[in-house]
Amino acid sequence: MAIAPSIAAPSDTDYIPVKRPFSFGRWFRATGWRHLIGAVMVVFSAFPLLYVLSASLHPGGTLITANGLFSQIDIGSYVTLFNLPQQPYADWYANTLLIGGITSAGTVFLGALAAYSFSRMRFTGRRVGLLMLVLVQMFPQLLAVVAIFLLLNGISDIFPAIGLDTQIGLIMVYLGGALGVNTYLMYGFFNTIPASIDEAAKLDGAGHARIFFTIILRLVAPILAVVGLLSFVGTTNEFVIASIVLITPEKQTLAVGLYQFVSQEFSSNYSVFAAGAVLAALPVMALFLWLQKYIVGGLTAGSVK
Amino acid sequence: MMTTPGTGHDRAQIVAAKRQRQASRIAEAASAGIKVLLVKVLVLGIVDAISVYALFVLFAKQDWLVFGLVLVVTVAVNWIYFRVKGLPAKYLTPGLIFLLIFQIFVVGYSGYIAFTNYGTGHNSTKDDAVSSLILSAQERVPDSPTYALTVLEQAGVYSFLVTDPDGDISVGNADTPLKTVTDAETDGSGQAVGLPGYTTLNFADIVSNQEAIAAVAVPLSDDPNDGSLRTPDGSAAYLYLSDLVYDEAAGTMTNTGTGVVYTEDPSQGSFVAADGSELQPGWKVEVGLANFAKAFGTDSIRGPLISVTLWTFAFAFLSVATTFALGLFLAIVFNDLRMRGRNVYRVVMILPYAFPAFLSALVWAGMLNPQFGFINQVLFGGAEIPWLTNEWLAKFSIIFVNLWLGFPYMFLVCTGALQSIPGELQEAATVDGAKPWQVFRLIKLPLLLVSVSPLLIASFAFNFNNFNLIYMLTNGGPRDVTAGVNVGATDILISMVYKVAFVGANRDYGLASAFSILIFVLVALVSIISFRQTKALEELN
Repeated sequence: MAIAPSIAAPSDTDYIPVKRPFSFGRWFRATGWRHLIGAVMVVFSAFPLLYVLSASLHPGGTLITANGLFSQIDIGSYVTLFNLPQQPYADWYANTLLIGGITSAGTVFLGALAAYSFSRMRFTGRRVGLLMLVLVQMFPQLLAVVAIFLLLNGISDIFPAIGLDTQIGLIMVYLGGALGVNTYLMYGFFNTIPASIDEAAKLDGAGHARIFFTIILRLVAPILAVVGLLSFVGTTNEFVIASIVLITPEKQTLAVGLYQFVSQEFSSNYSVFAAGAVLAALPVMALFLWLQKYIVGGLTAGSVK
Repeated sequence: MMTTPGTGHDRAQIVAAKRQRQASRIAEAASAGIKVLLVKVLVLGIVDAISVYALFVLFAKQDWLVFGLVLVVTVAVNWIYFRVKGLPAKYLTPGLIFLLIFQIFVVGYSGYIAFTNYGTGHNSTKDDAVSSLILSAQERVPDSPTYALTVLEQAGVYSFLVTDPDGDISVGNADTPLKTVTDAETDGSGQAVGLPGYTTLNFADIVSNQEAIAAVAVPLSDDPNDGSLRTPDGSAAYLYLSDLVYDEAAGTMTNTGTGVVYTEDPSQGSFVAADGSELQPGWKVEVGLANFAKAFGTDSIRGPLISVTLWTFAFAFLSVATTFALGLFLAIVFNDLRMRGRNVYRVVMILPYAFPAFLSALVWAGMLNPQFGFINQVLFGGAEIPWLTNEWLAKFSIIFVNLWLGFPYMFLVCTGALQSIPGELQEAATVDGAKPWQVFRLIKLPLLLVSVSPLLIASFAFNFNNFNLIYMLTNGGPRDVTAGVNVGATDILISMVYKVAFVGANRDYGLASAFSILIFVLVALVSIISFRQTKALEELN
């Protein structure tokens, strides 16, 4: 493609190109083949999700009947799901939202506090602290799952209320990972807020706490939303620690409960599992698609400039 | 600015600077509103109240190490928040406390457990092992006197209030031996029926908790060999004596029935007879490098461990390679401004990424089911291809499902990176006569790799420990029946740790922790190498 010199730009309007007749071959070489690949990818991406949806609408369905896509449409499985004697699905759902919500709120708060001090204050050990945060993210908590189990077991002997088989204990373990990836992400974002704002507020007589809670937190709201969402999704998907901490079925999360449900009666009660999966996925997917711009920005922050 | 102290002018400057600092402190303190102070006092009050409660409980349990730790942390927290200086600490402390306990301490604790025999049959102290051995071997003494019994309850703990045939009244529970009491309430016949401070259980309570009450054994005295009282019905207690007699001085357990003597073996943490048979349970002892010797020295464990390690690396590498290749290809395909409807494709392709990962693995496990799954039944017309049960096909299935899970992320990242490459570069290269492939290979790809390589490393690190996918899709199977531990062909290191520690009847925390240490070392090595490569640490300022 030739590039017209910019001087000629105003005279572009005098020249009206003759519209070339449509040629399928040319269209296909330019963009048509891209649509073909797009179509293949759409099928590949969306099929498993449609499969689950159709399986969930086939009451009493097994793995075999799930193969007849959308041959029957009925919400019977969704009703069954909430009336299972051994599997308190409603409890799992509430627990997942509760544990995920509290964990993500706590993570955002603890991370923001730490990011504020790293970004706005200069103190001995700051560089080492930042380095530590980078190193700590390399070792996810689940590597120490045995020690976490035994630690909570020990706590149970002294305080049963925050030990094994309690949701508070699990949330505390999750908060141990709050100062990891997220703080670093936030630290980068805090640095983009000009320090002159803080100084102006200081001159007007605001203290550090007021500056943090009323000014900074509002300015960094986008990153707080991203970190909160990533933490929520991460908590929802967490299986290893949740499965060893939560023993009573009524206290378990969706990941633990649905996994056990599947391992007990996989092929015979597949439609009920599928219904559970659809309901479990809906809030997470809705949040994701709604906030995808921010998430993509957050994921690539710091690497793609 | 350099100053040499001593001259009057400099001293004036120092004084002025000091007053300046003082003034700013006062201003800072004055500007912190009364609300902030109130919140601070309130939160600290709650924290301190919890700590004091914890200290009381720990004092009662005589757990001095933890007591000391809680005390030190509480004092430190109060000191940090009540002094005027040290502002950064006030902001860092809350997160750091959680980080230190649940991330840094547990890693160190894993290291300690790896050097013990902690696990099924070795999960407590020697005293606990002795008392549980004696308890488990207890038989009712045939001519035991009948003790009239009233079951009491206090703070969830059952106690026995018994009246022996002579009319003496005593009380005790599973942890405290019987002691005589004088202030018990008695009924007409002289049998004790209640004690101040305790709740007396009525018949209905006893029936609804009968299993727990039947399991209670109240020792007669501090010497476990004296036996204990138990109740079959909640209204009468009988003396039970153990077949095993413990001799603390000699460190032996003798079975009075068979006459076999079991001697304490501190290196194994259990009582062992001359013929090598052990009494279960034992207790927890430090075993030095025994777990590592077991992991690397036993053929039936070393072989699987090596193959699992190799597969972990292969899986992590192939995951990154396949998802990145597909994601980059799609990013290039859809990075054409002339194409209509790009956003529709984009949204649909993000769906697998938005769908919760643990569910994806379970759904694919259903679709790939050899007998009934959609893939075999519909796509392959009823063929029974063992997608998840043949060693190599299972590995292929895992990589394939991971591709489905992971390509959207790489697609998003590569799209972002491609769009951030300035268009002038391509134009300049085209003017210089570069072919499209050359433009991509020599200009775009190097630039793209610079920006996405940290993410590729992060993705490698994540997949190295991608427990959910492996465990939910194949459960680590197909199982390797020759291995000395519960491990399968598609297990990665972290799922092997989980299985050894938590799956099945025989839990071996010590061996699992030794495997954990191995993962830590490998992850540390990978991190060091990758940090060197990306110079990520140099960007810190």
